[in-house]
Amino acid sequence: MARRRAAFYWMTIPAVVLFFLFHTFPALQGVYYSFTNWNGFGDHYDFIGFKNYYYLFQDSNVWNAYGFTFKFAVVATIFINLISLLIALGLNASIKARNFFRAVYFLPNILSVLIVGYIFNYLFSNVFPIWGAHLGSDTLAGNILGNEKFAWLGVSFVAVWQGIAFNTILYLSGLQTIPTDIYEASNLDGASKWQEFWKITFPMIAPFFTINMVLAMKNSLMVFDLIVALTNGGPGRATQSISHLIYTGGFEGGEFAYQSANSVIYFIVIALISIIQIRFLQRRETDM
Amino acid sequence: MKVRGKTNWTVTIFIALGTLFILFPLYMAITISLKNQQDMLTSVFGLPTHWRFENFTEAIRMTNFFRAFGNSAFVTLATAVLTLLTNSLVAYAIARNMNHKFFKGLYFYFISAMFIPFPIIMLPIVKLTSAMGMTNLVGLTILHTVYGLAFNVFVYVGYIRSIPTALEEAARVDGASTWGTFWRIIFPLMMPINATVGILICLSTYNDFLLPLVIISDQSMYTLPLVQYIFQGQFNTEFNLAFASYLLAMLPMILVYVFAQKWIINGVTQGAVK
Repeated sequence: MARRRAAFYWMTIPAVVLFFLFHTFPALQGVYYSFTNWNGFGDHYDFIGFKNYYYLFQDSNVWNAYGFTFKFAVVATIFINLISLLIALGLNASIKARNFFRAVYFLPNILSVLIVGYIFNYLFSNVFPIWGAHLGSDTLAGNILGNEKFAWLGVSFVAVWQGIAFNTILYLSGLQTIPTDIYEASNLDGASKWQEFWKITFPMIAPFFTINMVLAMKNSLMVFDLIVALTNGGPGRATQSISHLIYTGGFEGGEFAYQSANSVIYFIVIALISIIQIRFLQRRETDM
Repeated sequence: MKVRGKTNWTVTIFIALGTLFILFPLYMAITISLKNQQDMLTSVFGLPTHWRFENFTEAIRMTNFFRAFGNSAFVTLATAVLTLLTNSLVAYAIARNMNHKFFKGLYFYFISAMFIPFPIIMLPIVKLTSAMGMTNLVGLTILHTVYGLAFNVFVYVGYIRSIPTALEEAARVDGASTWGTFWRIIFPLMMPINATVGILICLSTYNDFLLPLVIISDQSMYTLPLVQYIFQGQFNTEFNLAFASYLLAMLPMILVYVFAQKWIINGVTQGAVK
């Protein structure tokens, strides 16, 4: 028995060592640096306590990045889930060429976010305005990504376009766990399609709804590649996400320690949101 | 999957129309990559009048495509192998000892990393990797393996716990060691979940942009997404060349997908259910 346990301990060693060295240790270092004034390249730095954190709360760029990221994440999460649930329901119905359509709807998920962003960047500047002009709207006839007020909608649009793929597949696998005889029974009882959805389908896929909401929210809150490819944070700082601010400030702006403090706050925010979401949505699951 | 009742044509039509939203951007990418400058100006939506395949050869030359592809392929495959070996092993140890404090603690230690945003590690990891001489493809492979661990352990542990222990006990009675049992009995039984984890880690490694961006500075080690980034900055007016380059970068994954799509989608679905 003791020898068996020993083998199990040995099995954990490669992963534990690598994980501690390249994940936990740098994360702790990040927390440590957040209490210093290091610019990232010099040899000398001082311990300055909570000063970085104090200044973060007065930094309009930080507030701006959090504002954009939240606005974007909430809108993207809602639309991704709404649309992918609709598509999954459609793909689960008795339709022709179902496997072909499943393959097409999953396609965006295998493409690089950066390149998808570049393609849409072109579409926003050269193709969509042609349609916008036809519709006779001045806003739509311009490049929406260059518009300080609406650029975030353009970024959200692309995030939804690509994010739908993965969530659709998750919802589809959820729908397939529902036994069909439940529907037969509800048909006999004369339930309408609408009632069927709210009373059977939706409660049955509740755990998938939870996973999808949490994943979509978390991914949107961490958006980076898409920002680089579409707007690079602009126009002005209208679409600068939190990760983009940490990257540019930390590597190019000499704000290594300051942005480390920002990362710590960012971590706390994401962890809190994920926990609240899971708690809230899981309570819904059990109530049904 | 049996189709219930007769075909629902209304839904079929809506689903078919929906695919236009997905296919249109790809249609645009393909046609633009084959047009010449003249075509770009005169017909935005049409097919090219002169099919300019030179755009592709030119893009291959300018981005040094084969070198970048080689780098991406190496990192992707090496990450997949290393992930399957190390992550399944630790997940097995955890799954079979969940009643033990140490292993249960380890499980939550790994899982909690799913909620740690990458930027918190990003700045220190650059210092660490350069100090260790790891700003290369091997370093990239190790980091990708480590950062996939949280999610993979979560998926693996769920799956392994659903494998009955009877076979292992029988093997042990026959005198097999824990290691022997793992490699000869458990690992082969895990093939469906290995496929899922392998597919997901390949997709995320091949398409990853941020990690190579911060780790790799030597141009000869650029991966495909990194090449697109540099290329875009230098040649942002020649769209047909840029699009040819984008398509080349996406092509390997698209080809794999076309041939293995059913498998890939089922794999992802399975990984999600567990």
